[in-house]
Amino acid sequence: MAFTAVLKSEWTKIRTVASTSWTLACALLVTVGISALLCSFVSSRFKDMSAAEKLTFDPTMTSFAGMSLGQLAMIVFGVLVVGTEYSSGMIRTSLAAVPRRASFLFGKLTVATALALVVGLATSFLSFFLGQALLGDHGIGIGEDNVLRAVAGAGVYMALIALFSMGVTAVLRSSILALGILMPFFFLISTILGAFEATRKVAQYFPDQAGSKIMETVTDTTNQVHAPYGPWGGLGIMLLWVLAAVLGGYLVLKKRDA
Amino acid sequence: MIEAVGLTKRFGAKTAVDGLSFQVKPGHVTGFLGPNGSGKSTTMRMILGLDRPTAGQVTINGLPFRELPNAQRHVGALLDAKAVHGGRRARAHLLSIAQLSGIPEKRVDEVLGVVGLQDAARQRTKGFSLGMGQRLGIATALLGDPQVLLFDEPVNGLDPEGILWVRNLMRQLAAEGRTVFVSSHLMSEMALTADHLIVIGRGRLLSDMSTQDFITHNSAGFARVRVAGNGPDGRVILGTALTKAGGRVLQEPDGALRVTGLELPRISDLAHETGVRLWELSPHRASLEEAYMRMTQSSVEYTSTDDPRAELWEPEPLTVPDWEEEVQAPVVPAETAASFFAPPPPGSAARPFLMPGSPADLAPAAQNSPEEPR
Ligand SMILES: Nc1ncnc2c1ncn2[C@@H]1O[C@H](COP(=O)(O)OP(=O)(O)O)[C@@H](O)[C@H]1O
Ligand SMILES: [Mg+2]
Repeated sequence: MAFTAVLKSEWTKIRTVASTSWTLACALLVTVGISALLCSFVSSRFKDMSAAEKLTFDPTMTSFAGMSLGQLAMIVFGVLVVGTEYSSGMIRTSLAAVPRRASFLFGKLTVATALALVVGLATSFLSFFLGQALLGDHGIGIGEDNVLRAVAGAGVYMALIALFSMGVTAVLRSSILALGILMPFFFLISTILGAFEATRKVAQYFPDQAGSKIMETVTDTTNQVHAPYGPWGGLGIMLLWVLAAVLGGYLVLKKRDA
Repeated sequence: MIEAVGLTKRFGAKTAVDGLSFQVKPGHVTGFLGPNGSGKSTTMRMILGLDRPTAGQVTINGLPFRELPNAQRHVGALLDAKAVHGGRRARAHLLSIAQLSGIPEKRVDEVLGVVGLQDAARQRTKGFSLGMGQRLGIATALLGDPQVLLFDEPVNGLDPEGILWVRNLMRQLAAEGRTVFVSSHLMSEMALTADHLIVIGRGRLLSDMSTQDFITHNSAGFARVRVAGNGPDGRVILGTALTKAGGRVLQEPDGALRVTGLELPRISDLAHETGVRLWELSPHRASLEEAYMRMTQSSVEYTSTDDPRAELWEPEPLTVPDWEEEVQAPVVPAETAASFFAPPPPGSAARPFLMPGSPADLAPAAQNSPEEPR
């Protein structure tokens, strides 16, 4: 059985359920919408900002302000893609047709991640251009140093968040359990721990905090502390988390009864 | 051909399947019969490589399922009709499964037609009735046009017309030379559908023989005796005499006695000797359903009540009369009832009740166990 057959099947599966379109649409609209709101707000208040703030102002990062919320929809997407196989029992129907579990899992992850990447890139470019338009004079062009890396990186970041969620769900084998852990983790724990000096040293190695470094074009802005890694280092740390989750998911699927 | 050897599955302390060995041959419908919780689904999952056996192994055409090349073209299965994503339309569901083995799209429409779901093809499956779900599951099993088919309780939730349809489909698939393995907890259904019966209880093999043999061996004969006036006095006198003469007596709800282990003329003689007049003395056969219930009774996991005497539960309230208890004090009534219709195998009681090789095999057993009805 060829791997392409699994890809075809997974593509059919993913495009024939409603949750795919609404989670991905949500991720795009929430990110672009909130980023745009923040950009127009900043634009109107720019003259009131302190000199230091003006100096370290990162227009690229500002145009991704909605991503911290938009990524939650990406997490839901990733969780549902894997989790509904378990909650519905479809996993047994699938595995009774593809006994090779590695093909099944990696086929599913490939298709879902590719789709998340396409939507992620659309989101990041849309968010960037709309944000820069709203920032007007304070905005930045895509041709400036590091900007393209940050914008493309933001799309990759979203795809990796989705893939990380898929891996975690494959380990936990339950949508509810996975959402119950991932949502508070990304929405609360990571944010709260990142806000305090003492805990930030740990939190900066979390997948979202490390990974979002790729979206910065100005390092060490006032509301950020110096991180011991650069944008690519940060993405690398995130990638390690993703690999660990996917590997865990694979081992669980391989070892346990379906 | 499916072959299980010493197949065992434990879930923690619970043994769901216990040393099962059997073969399922092509060209027949093989019924897999057992009460709820007896391990049928677990066995099916192990055949499909979904659950890993704790011990033993099961192969399909000589290979474990996971090692079959292009498995879906060899084996089709309906495990759980509800195991579909409710938000997906029926046709899309089938298509996604078909694509896994490179099965062409037109086959999807074909199987939808075979199971009669062509009009529901574009409906989301969450709106399906259990019967429609079963049909979709059967369609999934048929996709790869496989030689080996497994159906776990396929008639659950079907209306009589659907049941008849499934029955005919199974027989037709077997007639085409395929291996068809169908589970059910209903004896009546299996007696009509299957050529061969594998009966399990609490994960253990209880019987493995052709349906015909199962019927002959298990619907044991008995005599119904009704004393004149149906009065208790005559019943006690005759019952005691019959029991002393080596017969086994159970009382039916309306007062008639069920006697096994004694020929009709002998019963008549005993009635004459004790001076009890009879209104009825007639030969009968226990129904297959009854035989099955008695066979699996001691292995039924979920009885209907919390009654501490649940083990004594019987499909029809046959009672063990007083005199029986006096004479046979140490015998547990439930066991009596169980061994009444489903005699223990010749030799060791632990051995499952397998078909004897020849009638001669049975003969010595009859002498060894006088309690057995003959
Ligand atoms: N995944 C599981 N974990 C724990 N126990 C299980 C599991 N699957 C089945 N069992 C137990 O194994 C026994 C056999 O179940 P099953 O194979 O579903 O029986 P059947 O299909 O004959 O009704 C039951 O007691 C059931 O509770
Ligand atoms: Mg079952």
